[in-house]
Amino acid sequence: MPTTSYAGTDVTVNEDGFFVDPAQWREEMAPEIAREAGIDTLTEQHWQVIKFMRQEYADNGTGPTVRALGKTSGVSVKELYRLFPKGPAKLAAKIAGIPKPHGCI
Amino acid sequence: MSDKIEKVSIVVSKGSLEGIYPGLIMANGARAEGIDANLFFTFFGLDAIHTDRREHIKLATVGNPGLHLPTWAGGLPGVSALMTRYFGGKMAKLDIPPVPEFVDIIADTGAGLYACKASVDLFGFTKDDFIEQVKDIITVGEFYDLAAGGEIIFT
Repeated sequence: MPTTSYAGTDVTVNEDGFFVDPAQWREEMAPEIAREAGIDTLTEQHWQVIKFMRQEYADNGTGPTVRALGKTSGVSVKELYRLFPKGPAKLAAKIAGIPKPHGCI
Repeated sequence: MSDKIEKVSIVVSKGSLEGIYPGLIMANGARAEGIDANLFFTFFGLDAIHTDRREHIKLATVGNPGLHLPTWAGGLPGVSALMTRYFGGKMAKLDIPPVPEFVDIIADTGAGLYACKASVDLFGFTKDDFIEQVKDIITVGEFYDLAAGGEIIFT
């Protein structure tokens, strides 16, 4: 597994750049991961989604689908795609330091 | 040339439950991966974006050997409705939305929804018969223009 460094700390990621161990993630790493993923600035709304992803992962052991995000995060599907144009569930999971959600929907 | 797919244009040509879902799942999945997606609804596939008809999409229980149900049984009154409800329940458990909600979500992901002009003329529809997210009624030539530079998937 490759190792990379965010906010001055070494972390283990998989070949797609997702954290292998979500416990290695810290909030100050998020802006750097986001920049790598093409998001220059994390707004309050981005953070709302990122924190929701962390919480969902802590509760259920997996990140939510876009549909579930749209229904329960307080950010609509339309807004989610504006915030994370390259795929909300995938990108937000990467920035939140949790594994890529696994599902077809 | 990049190995990654950047754009897909998906044709939905059937109006049955099992005819519509694959195209919707592929479009939604494309957007979730950051891939641009257009949906082109043609022939009976138009039902998926028809304001009234999309609420009543049914599973085909006749002429559908995959169902492993004798054809005569599939033709009995109410069997299609029953099987549609049965599969709808199973899909809900897997967090797969019903067709109308799924189409709405896909429109919200930024995918383009288009109706096929020849089919719209054939069935005597107008733009008012379709949900408001339908961007346009286009010809097959215009579809190819939209699809340029990407993959075309026919379902």
